[in-house]
Amino acid sequence: MGRSSTEPSTTGRCAEVAISDDVLVIGGGLAGAMAALAAAERDVRVRLVTYKQSTLRQASGLIDVLGYAPDGDGPLVDPFEALEGLPTGHPYERVGSEAVREALAFFDEVAGDAYVGDHTDANALVPTHGGTVKPTARYPTATAAGLASDNRDALLVGFETLPDFDGPLAASHLAAAGVPFDARGVTLSFPGIERDDAKVTRYAHLLERDEAVSVDDSAATVGARDALAESVDEHLEGEPRVGFPAILGDERADEVRTALGEGLGVDVFEVPMGPPSLPGMRLSDLLYDALEDAGVRVTSGVPVVDYEVDPRGSSDTPADPSAAKTSDDPARGRIDHVVVDRNGAEVPHRADQYVLATGGLVGKGVRSDREGVREPIFDCHVPHPEDRYDWFVDGVFGDQPYARFGLDVDRELRPLETDSRPTFSNLRAAGAVLGGYDFAAEKSGSGVSLATGYVAGRRASTAVIR
Amino acid sequence: MATDTEVLVLGGGSTGCGIARDLAMRGLEVTLVERGNLTDGTTGRMHGLLHSGGRYAVSDQASATECIEENEILRDIAGHCVEETGGLFVQLPDDSDDYFREKLEGCRDCNIPARVLSGREAREIEPYLTPDIERAIEVPDGAVDPFRLCVANAVDAEAHGARIETHAEVIDLLRDGADVYGVDVRHDSGPGKRRHAAPGSTEEITAEYVVNATGAWAGQIAAMADLEVAVRPSKGVMTIMNVRQVDTVINRCRPKGDADIVVPHETTAILGTTDEEVSDPDDYPEAQWEVDQVIDTLADLVPILEEARTIRSFWGVRPLYEPPGTATQDPTDITRDFFLLDHAERDGVSGLSSIVGGKFTTYRAMAEEISDHVCGKLGVDATCATAEEPLPGSENLAVLEDGMDEFGLRSPVARRSKQRLGSRASDVLETDDANPVLCACEGVTRAEVRDAIQQSGTDLNAVRIRTRASMGNCQGGFCSQLLATELHPEYDEATARSALDELFQERWKGQRHALWGEQLSQAMVTYALHATTMNRDRDPAASDGSLEYGAFDDGEVR
Ligand SMILES: Cc1cc2nc3c(=O)[nH]c(=O)nc-3n(C[C@H](O)[C@H](O)[C@H](O)COP(=O)(O)OP(=O)(O)OC[C@H]3O[C@@H](n4cnc5c(N)ncnc54)[C@H](O)[C@@H]3O)c2cc1C
Ligand SMILES: Cc1cc2nc3c(=O)[nH]c(=O)nc-3n(C[C@H](O)[C@H](O)[C@H](O)COP(=O)(O)OP(=O)(O)OC[C@H]3O[C@@H](n4cnc5c(N)ncnc54)[C@H](O)[C@@H]3O)c2cc1C
Repeated sequence: MGRSSTEPSTTGRCAEVAISDDVLVIGGGLAGAMAALAAAERDVRVRLVTYKQSTLRQASGLIDVLGYAPDGDGPLVDPFEALEGLPTGHPYERVGSEAVREALAFFDEVAGDAYVGDHTDANALVPTHGGTVKPTARYPTATAAGLASDNRDALLVGFETLPDFDGPLAASHLAAAGVPFDARGVTLSFPGIERDDAKVTRYAHLLERDEAVSVDDSAATVGARDALAESVDEHLEGEPRVGFPAILGDERADEVRTALGEGLGVDVFEVPMGPPSLPGMRLSDLLYDALEDAGVRVTSGVPVVDYEVDPRGSSDTPADPSAAKTSDDPARGRIDHVVVDRNGAEVPHRADQYVLATGGLVGKGVRSDREGVREPIFDCHVPHPEDRYDWFVDGVFGDQPYARFGLDVDRELRPLETDSRPTFSNLRAAGAVLGGYDFAAEKSGSGVSLATGYVAGRRASTAVIR
Repeated sequence: MATDTEVLVLGGGSTGCGIARDLAMRGLEVTLVERGNLTDGTTGRMHGLLHSGGRYAVSDQASATECIEENEILRDIAGHCVEETGGLFVQLPDDSDDYFREKLEGCRDCNIPARVLSGREAREIEPYLTPDIERAIEVPDGAVDPFRLCVANAVDAEAHGARIETHAEVIDLLRDGADVYGVDVRHDSGPGKRRHAAPGSTEEITAEYVVNATGAWAGQIAAMADLEVAVRPSKGVMTIMNVRQVDTVINRCRPKGDADIVVPHETTAILGTTDEEVSDPDDYPEAQWEVDQVIDTLADLVPILEEARTIRSFWGVRPLYEPPGTATQDPTDITRDFFLLDHAERDGVSGLSSIVGGKFTTYRAMAEEISDHVCGKLGVDATCATAEEPLPGSENLAVLEDGMDEFGLRSPVARRSKQRLGSRASDVLETDDANPVLCACEGVTRAEVRDAIQQSGTDLNAVRIRTRASMGNCQGGFCSQLLATELHPEYDEATARSALDELFQERWKGQRHALWGEQLSQAMVTYALHATTMNRDRDPAASDGSLEYGAFDDGEVR
């Protein structure tokens, strides 16, 4: 994600700090990117500051909305229907189901041809690299021909040097899961791969650049795409579709897939994989292109480390001090600016409205030590059991409290104090930094990040205009 | 009456496997039964310290002498399981000078090479030691891999004709009047290699002589023949760090104390341990305070431990034993020596001896003494060769270390694989097949995993103890699925799946005690990968009902 604009801003509204914007989004994962894009829909100046690579590098790139109800019921055919029944405090309950639909529509527009699934409210069941199927709402076009409800037979191709995906094992697993088609697996050697420990990006680049590879120890070379198609062709037994691990190219993945499909005379699809996940990184690239197009200023590779409140108090709150103790009154007033650590130099960044989208335990927006769990930038309250032995249950797939760690928010998505007052008037939170849901069990990770990011961004830009 | 085997050994820890090897090498017909995996008991839950004897040089000089002798033998016969780290007994300002002197003299009395270092010299060796260290005694402590050492004994016993049955639990000791003549065992999945989901069975195994080497469980076994062996099980916690903060074994130089040793082990450092009596070796509390105590106490010696990342904690139970009537109060004061209880002498019941107590470091000497005893009982005249014959993997180690062959692997992977496999490296790693790394944390390749599966069947915990796969920072998050994949197609999909579930749950068990900071984030990545990306928590293949695929999106845009 090399795109960062570090141009010093001179047009800021506050003379004493160099960098000033209307909306500042902290964290550049799915939630932060959506928040920035949604905010930039209005005529406001938006900046996004982000530190490390986001969770998309690890995630499959699927956009799950809700695959299972919190009580485990599922897989749900219609996620939207189930949104209505979610408990108070669940991020979807906070924003409301209409906003979830709007956010998805917004995402569909941003993603264009790269994603499908918007033709129906029903979830799709996508074969996973472990051989199970899992419910999701939007999937990369590269995965579309692989859906488990499609009753065409499939050949699954794995590679002997790429142990993450085993075609024959995945095929028997799918059979055990009762899919309505015959799946068969083969394991091949990947033309042009010379090292047994080549990285997934090496496979992708061989195909992306259609590098010349030699086959059968002969001196003659062929393009990697043809070579791969040829080696698969021998194993095809009339299956109309062929699945590969998600390594079919990078920026030109469509071209690679089409070439393979034409070479084989079949539909080709990718099975989403674990980290490092090319579909996740492709989605990240797509979002950063969109941010650039939308005029969002992106600063990456630097963390926000601190903040200052506005000493004059909150302009969003009533001037009358007697009204100051209502339950909606921000406990700590208004954020004046945040501090960004640029290689040791502390640079203040000021904005009117802030969105916190720093991720959960994975993105490091939520941190912990032996004593407790905290949100490191603003020290927002993270509800958690005091005894760390109550953070988990013994069954590895049990109802894990740690998976729900994150911020409580009001319907404006403002983080809440223990006494349920908003922490700051001009801070909203979105994505995995929120608590009260177990995205892994529910299959709701990307959906929550999209919906809350979208709402936080919209509300932030609205607040600026007001 | 013809028996199934001459000698039946109960328990597949270091003691049992050591005895099986010794007796098999002497030409006896041996069967060993173990209820779980090899090392499932205390052997797989110890600190990994190959004692120099320094620890016992003041309190128990007989043990100390035996330790240094065995320490030297194991470096020879099991070099591929031992890392010669050296050890330091460190004196802090509060620790007594008298004791320091006694320790030094004790070491010399017991022929343990010992050298005094100044605080500065000690910190040159181990820079993370606390600056206020007074001085230290350097001794030849080492780090030992109990898993591979124990397995190597079993493999060699098999090579000498022994039958080794894991997942075979003794459910009855067969006694006819005043004679014990065998056992009933329950095979978890039929005899032979483990095979998940294969139906269980029971088997009667008769023997001329039975050796009860079930450690902390010896009392339970003895009770099956109405005999009493009063084991006093005592638990201890060990906490594994994600990196090696020290490359030398660090001991606190004081009379006795909990939580005073750090042992470097492969890529990790292990902190330990505590000593607390428990009533049931299978069911005892594993408490937060124990983990906190080892970290906080050892941070006095190595301050960076306070903030360091731990990857898991585990507990082991010492099979301590005292002759009837001793009644020591504090378990730390119970002798670490071992006892050979001949039930013929003790209870008038022939055909059975029990072994309790002892240390891993001296397992070979214990096994030798017991094997002598068994040979005496059976009237066999054969001598012990275990002190000279290297274990499989440790033959011609010097040649191996000089060998430049990297088997097409990257150097760090080749180096670590060769260290683990010792002289078996070329047998295992030389392959025409693709050989990718499956466990990146520990550098374990497919060939090594397949070799382990060849030995142990579908039990991925058995693969783990042979290879270290899934024992690193990610605790199997990324590799457990890859290990299970290697079971297929030899074993079917359902078998591979249940083997994966078992390993995954086992890896979670120890991580629960390390769930904060980086490791909690790691746990969340693992959970997300397995539950979100793979949907392993709600796998339709594992549920009874059938899924109505037709109701879901089939990709057709209508
Ligand atoms: C292994 C794995 C698999 C998954 N699979 C799926 C799936 O199949 N389907 C699905 O829908 N969801 C999946 N998810 C969940 C989904 O990916 C996440 O819930 C979602 O991406 C979270 O997005 P986010 O923007 O909230 O946080 P993140 O992506 O974590 O982004 C947070 C960003 O904030 C930055 N940041 C943190 N602190 C600071 C700071 N102080 N200053 C500046 N920047 C900071 C971080 O560096 C990071 O870039 C998966 C997650 C994981 C871990
Ligand atoms: C916390 C701790 C730290 C230690 N650290 C060290 C150290 O650093 N260095 C050192 O030298 N020593 C150390 N020790 C001591 C050492 O680990 C033990 O003395 C040694 O491992 C005991 O081996 P064993 O074979 O006698 O017992 P075990 O390894 O317990 O073997 C007994 C076996 O019997 C099996 N069994 C039980 N019931 C049945 C049944 N019904 N049927 C079949 N099988 C059964 C068990 O599953 C088990 O595998 C430590 C001990 C503890 C507890």
